Amino acid sequence: MPVRETQGLKTWQHRERGKQLAIWAGWLVATIIFVYCWQLISDKTTWFFVLDAHHQAADLGERMVPPKFSYMSKLWQPLWDTINIATLGTLLALVLAVPTAFCAARNTTPSRTLVRPVALFIIVSSRSINSLIWALMLVAIVGPGVFAGVIAIGLRSIGFCAKLLYEAIEEIDETQVEAVTATGASGAQVLAYGIVPQILPAFAGISVFRWDINIRESTVLGLVGAGGIGLQLNASILSLAWTEVSVILLVIIATVILSEWVSAKVRHAII
Amino acid sequence: MSKVHTAPRRWSKPPLIKDSRLRWFLALGGAVYLALAFGTMDVNWGRVAEGIPRGLNFIAAFFPPDFVTRWDEIVDGIYESLWMTVTSTVVGIALSIPIGLGAAKNLAPRWVYLFCRGILAVSRSFQEIILAIFFVKLFGFGPFAGFVTLSIATIGFYGKLLAEDIEDMDPGQAEAVRATGASWFQWLNYAVQPQVMPRMIGLGLYRFDINFRESAVVGIVGGGGIGATLNTAFDRYEFDSAAAILLIIIAIVMAVEYSSGYVRKWVQ
Repeated sequence: MPVRETQGLKTWQHRERGKQLAIWAGWLVATIIFVYCWQLISDKTTWFFVLDAHHQAADLGERMVPPKFSYMSKLWQPLWDTINIATLGTLLALVLAVPTAFCAARNTTPSRTLVRPVALFIIVSSRSINSLIWALMLVAIVGPGVFAGVIAIGLRSIGFCAKLLYEAIEEIDETQVEAVTATGASGAQVLAYGIVPQILPAFAGISVFRWDINIRESTVLGLVGAGGIGLQLNASILSLAWTEVSVILLVIIATVILSEWVSAKVRHAII
Repeated sequence: MSKVHTAPRRWSKPPLIKDSRLRWFLALGGAVYLALAFGTMDVNWGRVAEGIPRGLNFIAAFFPPDFVTRWDEIVDGIYESLWMTVTSTVVGIALSIPIGLGAAKNLAPRWVYLFCRGILAVSRSFQEIILAIFFVKLFGFGPFAGFVTLSIATIGFYGKLLAEDIEDMDPGQAEAVRATGASWFQWLNYAVQPQVMPRMIGLGLYRFDINFRESAVVGIVGGGGIGATLNTAFDRYEFDSAAAILLIIIAIVMAVEYSSGYVRKWVQ
């Protein structure tokens, strides 16, 4: 126990002296890095605009109230599209993520040297490229609309779903697989009776979780033309119709909170 | 009970949902929803068919990635993204600690709890892009708007997870420390903090990773960083430079991910 003795008086210390010093040094380095980065950002900032921001914010706030609730009647269709983009996109992602996850998991991959790196690369690239960038490219390919949004969300979600799923596959109880194999089951049967039941709860949890995230992501896809409520948001911002913008923002908050509540309920029911 | 139980001839897998009515209801509901969803999604297949060769050209334009022509801009963008990531992660986490403490049910009085949960819900609801659009309007173009955006997004993410972690902590340890007569801050420091710290460090690193990735898109709406460079590359139809930027983003995300795995192992 770290105890310091001064003039015969023992006092308890939280940590040993060396460790404490090391922690301080760590904090010092971290602070220096932070201050340095802050300095660089500060150099690139026009502080006049930043200091003026509260006037801008007050002005914007003034123009946003009262929300023009009559605009709501035009929002149901985009809202439905947004939810569809998220749901269908999640389904597409799950269909593609399952084989990817099985290829990426150490214990089920057909080849560790050949297939696994490819699967991991698919996972990382799908995760690193934001859905907005996917949408940007897909709008150019398949044209603007909900379809591009669905594919963008799908491609973006493969990485997330496959990563969590393959981690779940790697953590399965091997003895169950062995038991099923010992009955003389074929490869597909081992998969269906030994592995799938073990990862099913994780799979359901992951899909609902991702659906919840996708609702949030699909609200912005419209900014690049990929359908959903973002299209309306963009149009209203560009035409400076701030009372409409505030209605849209309220709708987005309500949808996201609702979807979060649904996903939490479903996950509680499963796990 | 005179009925004799005989073993069934065939074994079948138990269904996932036990209640058969619920099972049919869910299946039917799912089918109806899918029909409606596909019904309202008008896909212009002609446009898609026409787009596929165009898409192939588009993808072909990405190869070979051109690292050289815009190298200076790319390096600038990456640095700017990294500064934004570091500062916004630090500031976001620092701000989310008091809010997270306030949003833990077992720590805060009810009105503080509701207030802090409200902050978290609002900052989580808006996608980074929407926040960025507004902050670019307020603070002007450049990395400062991106920094504010990412900080707010970090608060929503980190504060919520911190609050949930505190709510799940072992009350026995908290009670033991409180029984020694510790003050509130001592109690926080010796009972709560050690229990949530390991997970929180891991999540902090994870958020760093997310912030870097998000910094690539806040630039599209004017928030500075590599996203601005990427957007410029797209606007100029320099897809080979865009491919180079995307590859660099992927490489950095991969590097951060691997190193964060090591740091987490080392910390825990």
